[in-house]
Amino acid sequence: MARIGVFVCHCGTNIAGTVDVTKVVEVIKKLPMVVLATDSKYTCSEPGQASIREAIIENNLNRVVIASCSPRMHEATFRRTVASTGLNPYLLEIANIREQCSWVHSDDKEVATAKAIEIIKMAVSKVIRHEPLFPTQVEITKRALIIGGGITGIQAALDIANAGYEVVVVEREPSIGGRMSQLDKTFPTLDCSACILTPKMVDLGQHPKIKLMTYAEVKKVKGFVGNFEAEILQKARKVDHLKCTGCGTCWQKCPQKILSQFDLGLGKRTAIYIPFAQAVPPKPVIDVSICRYIKYLNWVATGQEGKKPPECRICEKLCPTGAITWDQEEELITEKFGAVVVATGYQTYDHSHYQEYGGGAYPDVISGLQLERLMSASGPTGGEVIRPSDGAHPKTVAFVCCVGSRDQQKGRPYCSKVCCMYTAKHAIMLREHDPEIQCYIFYIDVRTGGKDFEEFYLRAIDEAGVIYIKGRPSKIYRDGKKLKILGEDALIGRPVEIAADLVVLATGMEPSIGADELARILNASYDTYNFMVEAHPKLRPVETQTDGVFVAGACVGPRDIPECVAHGGAAAAKVSALFSQDTLTTDPLIAVVNQARCIGCLLCVAICPFKAISYEVTRDKRLIAVVNESLCKGCGLCMASCRPKAVDLRGFTNQQILDEVNSLWL
Amino acid sequence: MKKSRYAYYPGCTLKTSAKEYDISARLVCKALGIELEELKDWTCCGAASAHSIDQLLGIALPALELQAAAKLELPLVAACALCFSRLKFAAHELKEEKVRNLIGEVMGKEISQDHHYEVVHLLQLLDENTDKMKIEKPLHGLKVACYYGCLLVRPKEVTNFDDVENPQTMDRIIQVLGAENVGWDFKTECCGGSHMLVRPDIVVKLSHRLLAQAQQAGADCLAVACPVCHSNLDSMQKTIAAKYKDNIHLPVFYFTQLAGLALGLPPKQLLLDKHFIDPLPLLMNKGLM
Repeated sequence: MARIGVFVCHCGTNIAGTVDVTKVVEVIKKLPMVVLATDSKYTCSEPGQASIREAIIENNLNRVVIASCSPRMHEATFRRTVASTGLNPYLLEIANIREQCSWVHSDDKEVATAKAIEIIKMAVSKVIRHEPLFPTQVEITKRALIIGGGITGIQAALDIANAGYEVVVVEREPSIGGRMSQLDKTFPTLDCSACILTPKMVDLGQHPKIKLMTYAEVKKVKGFVGNFEAEILQKARKVDHLKCTGCGTCWQKCPQKILSQFDLGLGKRTAIYIPFAQAVPPKPVIDVSICRYIKYLNWVATGQEGKKPPECRICEKLCPTGAITWDQEEELITEKFGAVVVATGYQTYDHSHYQEYGGGAYPDVISGLQLERLMSASGPTGGEVIRPSDGAHPKTVAFVCCVGSRDQQKGRPYCSKVCCMYTAKHAIMLREHDPEIQCYIFYIDVRTGGKDFEEFYLRAIDEAGVIYIKGRPSKIYRDGKKLKILGEDALIGRPVEIAADLVVLATGMEPSIGADELARILNASYDTYNFMVEAHPKLRPVETQTDGVFVAGACVGPRDIPECVAHGGAAAAKVSALFSQDTLTTDPLIAVVNQARCIGCLLCVAICPFKAISYEVTRDKRLIAVVNESLCKGCGLCMASCRPKAVDLRGFTNQQILDEVNSLWL
Repeated sequence: MKKSRYAYYPGCTLKTSAKEYDISARLVCKALGIELEELKDWTCCGAASAHSIDQLLGIALPALELQAAAKLELPLVAACALCFSRLKFAAHELKEEKVRNLIGEVMGKEISQDHHYEVVHLLQLLDENTDKMKIEKPLHGLKVACYYGCLLVRPKEVTNFDDVENPQTMDRIIQVLGAENVGWDFKTECCGGSHMLVRPDIVVKLSHRLLAQAQQAGADCLAVACPVCHSNLDSMQKTIAAKYKDNIHLPVFYFTQLAGLALGLPPKQLLLDKHFIDPLPLLMNKGLM
């Protein structure tokens, strides 16, 4: 026999100001099986909780209803209160009479009071059928998978490894380093990007707890927090990295060249290559799409049609350690992990979508990242800033901000956050390179939210003499050797025309290609732009809705380097906290399948958004659905979709919900 | 869906200063087996004047034409870019109940809400029918800068014509005709439009930029799809060249005239001799006449 205690909270005036609490208590008292109904000013306060404890013991209560705020607010608190008396914490039900009643009906006390009574009635009828529930424990694989080897992934990997746990870093490029390795200097301190990044890359490469897998991609992830299993595709490098010493003879002598992606098409690389001088690992891969000998092998394999490609093999002949392995094939590796950190970062917006600016059509209209490569001492021009079209030294350089940002027309309404600052940096540095260069910056607003950012912007104006023009240009076109920029100076309200030698488009950030596919693999959410979605934008910034999957850096939204490092560290802290436990406690409020009722239609398997339901074949050869207790989130979709009513959600059974509904007219 | 019958709205200029556009358009459509049925008793679309003075009038005038075409149960084709723009605007606005009621009131008849007004420009019509073109005299060697003007493409949500910055509809047609379409940056920049009447200085400046850019891009001539653009670029060209002391000389064709030539229609019928900048020497020079 249930002995129910009902505690109605005033929440100061939040509830009591609208709901007639005394009347509510009077009505509820008379319900069957309600042994005690009482009210208190702040139920969640220490005295409030103490009075619940006393009441449970004094009245020998075995069910508790607390009518107060949303269960999201204090359910966990009150479960602890109930548990401290020795009662099972799942014998508690919360009736939400604040968010769902007093707050929304503050204009009508009578209605609010009547509704509060009904909400509590429902909770009382439901709590009768509550059963004691017990969480289970699962083991944790204390090994983290970091996807992406940019600055965010590097920071997360180092922090987790330094906490003493094993880490595997998967990077799809031949080297770690990410976008930061392409930058020349960083704002607002103007310190050299490579100088602060490469020591971290080396630390990662040499860390005993970190296994680095470059030129590899995560293809499949299954399992659940503490127990993930990932399939990782190691692409064929055609170079045995155990034998290779990274001496560099091969890539210096390779005769086959192609435009370098790392230098954004401004320089060339060979078929066997490392993307940049400080690459980690400092060992090359062979680009099979252009290698002459691979082409020859394909020509032989496909019946020798067409012209015979040369049997080059120069790298193999010159390699002092015999590291070139033509028969090396791609390989699928399966590893176990307890947690995953997504740090896949960003790519810059493709400026060829801006035909009005000649993006992609004019060689002298370049992106901000291309200018970084031109300014970098290790870049294709050795740090000499020249026009890509004719190699001339530009004397007038115009910058256009918000290209692929804050532009509804291009489907990119968001601010990319870093472009204002990197453009100020570019202008300052160009003036330092050559004081004769005049810099014009077209901007919509200059956004300098960050430590020392405003000062840096003022430095561009006051010290470097950069000219800022407020307004987005309407058009850029070629006029002889010059590029003409048409725009409006919105501050004086007049059209302006500037003839420049070089135009730099401050392209915004978008998630790296394939981010959406990875999110689907990990069962994590992503937004319309393919940025990852955090579990809570303020309070859970590195978690996702999938337990054990964390997100960090620019894959979540536009971020600068310090933020990426901070988020990488934050994700590492979360992973380390998870790994500091030996087992995980799982929530018992999950779905259970009544095997006798299940007809094996497996509709629930298709419907479950968490991939928590699989199936088994019973001894009498029937298909039945089985719930993985660690993956189930207790959403109830399977219960609602189950035709023979074989699935029940613990704490929210079909019968309990019917009882709640029935209570409204009983 | 390809259709072979269209309601045709020539608009005022095609009956006067742009006769050659009207005539060549009809000839080309006939050659392609497309029947144009001219709207009966059509009125002015209001052009730039009506909507800049009175929004309601700017919608009501083209709404008349839309209603007439709807009665014929035919899609409506416009030749003039400004007419096209006004018709598209009216069709766009009439999606709103408030506007429908208001227009219905001034027109004295109810406007049905389920009517979907289909308005196309002659360029789109020809672009859809390039497979029917039997090219008798390919325009080999002719370098054409396709000039669309500002009204066909903008605003995108109203006209939904083509890419706003770099449209290709006319370029595709010109290629089918055997001519070379030169790439240039001013396909959709304004020529000055009807400012010709009140501020010719603005038209001279804007049109000069267009002509200079087309010439710099290597074009022999321009192809246009708007009588106002044609008037500005053709009739003002000598004034412009004199003012800027530029050596500009670019015949300006209606794209329908070029299509007619390539389809083997007699040049005389296409009224090629009606332009201020005589295109005949260029065509003879290229062996196209």
